[in-house]
Amino acid sequence: MSARIAGFSALALAALALLAFVPRLGNAYYLALAISLLQYTVLATAWGMFSGPTRYVSLATTAFFGVGAYTVAVLGEILPWPLVLLTAAALGAIVAGIVGLSTLRLSGVYFVIFTFGLTELIRQLVVWFEVNKSRVLGRYVFVNITQADIYWQLLALTAAVFLLGWLIARSRLGFALRVIGEDETVAKHCGINTTFAKVALFTISATVMTLVGAIMAPRWTYIEPSIAFNSMISFQVLIMALLGGAHRLWGPVLGAVPLTLLFELLSARFPNTFTIILGCIFLLIVYMLPRGVAGLFEKLSTRTSGKTAQRVAA
Amino acid sequence: MSQDTQTAVLEIDGLRRAFGGLVAVNDLGFSVGQGEIMGLLGPNGSGKTTALNLISGVLRPDAGTIRLMGQNIAGLASYRIARLGLARTFQLVRVLDGMDCRENIKAGLAFQKPHLPVAEAELRIDTLLHRVGLAGHDRRPAADLTYIDRKRLELARALAAGPRLLLLDEWLAGLNPSELAIGIDLIRSLKADGITIVLVEHVMAAVRALCDRCIVMSSGRKIAEGATADVLSDAAVVKAYLGGVATDA
Repeated sequence: MSARIAGFSALALAALALLAFVPRLGNAYYLALAISLLQYTVLATAWGMFSGPTRYVSLATTAFFGVGAYTVAVLGEILPWPLVLLTAAALGAIVAGIVGLSTLRLSGVYFVIFTFGLTELIRQLVVWFEVNKSRVLGRYVFVNITQADIYWQLLALTAAVFLLGWLIARSRLGFALRVIGEDETVAKHCGINTTFAKVALFTISATVMTLVGAIMAPRWTYIEPSIAFNSMISFQVLIMALLGGAHRLWGPVLGAVPLTLLFELLSARFPNTFTIILGCIFLLIVYMLPRGVAGLFEKLSTRTSGKTAQRVAA
Repeated sequence: MSQDTQTAVLEIDGLRRAFGGLVAVNDLGFSVGQGEIMGLLGPNGSGKTTALNLISGVLRPDAGTIRLMGQNIAGLASYRIARLGLARTFQLVRVLDGMDCRENIKAGLAFQKPHLPVAEAELRIDTLLHRVGLAGHDRRPAADLTYIDRKRLELARALAAGPRLLLLDEWLAGLNPSELAIGIDLIRSLKADGITIVLVEHVMAAVRALCDRCIVMSSGRKIAEGATADVLSDAAVVKAYLGGVATDA
């Protein structure tokens, strides 16, 4: 088992080292595409960290992403960059903690609707504040961050998210989350402080999403609420994680990569019918792969091992 | 102070819970001594499951005290009560379908404090699998188990916590005669281990075989209490069962 872990970590480190050279290729289009890929990989993985085991479907991804982006828009020129990121992370964690404590008692569809409404609420609050207090509609982001910097930060965050997710999955907290996802009443009677476990994971996941928003903000140079709080991000991340399979740490990336490439292709070729095609694709995914790509892999591997077992028995 | 063996594990006094105008549990009081098996009887709708839900923290009482080893637990969150040494099973059996048998039992012991060392925990899981008759089913998904095996697994999960008090909600319901005999032996062996048990049960053969004492509820109130044989021949009890819901009795 430990040999397997060592082999896997070596592989992961090698992949990481290789990926770090992407900006050196000198192709702006590929770098932009790589940034999109990493952005959605981190968002979908962070989404799956909470929603996978607990099966609470959250549409608040954009809310945290937007909080991160706006932190940069407001503080980017005032504070040094690491402090800006730290502030964004802290704000994301605080918002997530408050939201978590007030909503994680809700279950099923009520939680979904609330998280969707939350995004809209935060967006309207920002609009109100900007129009009435700051008297601006949008903000310029002038920070000394290049595309390559954005890429490397996202790559580091990707590595951190996978490490964190791996550690949590092996921890008592990770196990508690799985029990909660299976049966919350049983979880309570097993001595699990379900509220604490859910809020903790929701906060960790949301902090990561906030950091993605903060790291991505310099890419736009101009930010307004409709850009930072674009609800499409929530839906795309949800679709990606479900396609990949949210019940495994490595599941969402299997959905994030192909779908980001597909979005890229479709939005370039069919700018007007893009969303219609996307809807049809999502229907197909749910129908064909109810447990995502990860579920498909597991099914294939159990089928092969089942066949081997049969052969041995015969 | 009384001796340790005489200390009540569970002491309930003046317990009340209403749902709107319906008083499901009304001024209920009883106590269960160390190592005793107490039967909680009564026709459907008499408040037995509500009483268990109040004791285990699923519901908050409107009034009354519930003492577990002397500590008032009325109104505490379920997870806190679980950590104080109370475990239970459910009327409609609840196992974690997406996990295998080992993990189901692990769920029962992983969140008790202090945490067990890993090797000791694994050993206890093995012992429990064996004890409830699921040895060799370690890696079998709970969803694949038969009805009785699901009940066994649920009991093993409850026992994993090393409870002082175990609440069994119709754990013997739906078993065939040979399974029932195995089930009765299993519960009796728990008593021998010093676990105090409160069981809600409709299977009278099991009640006679297992319970030291019984209380009978009707419409939320306690209508009889005493040694099992006496209670089962009590006129009021016979009336509550046979007069109230003929089909169930």
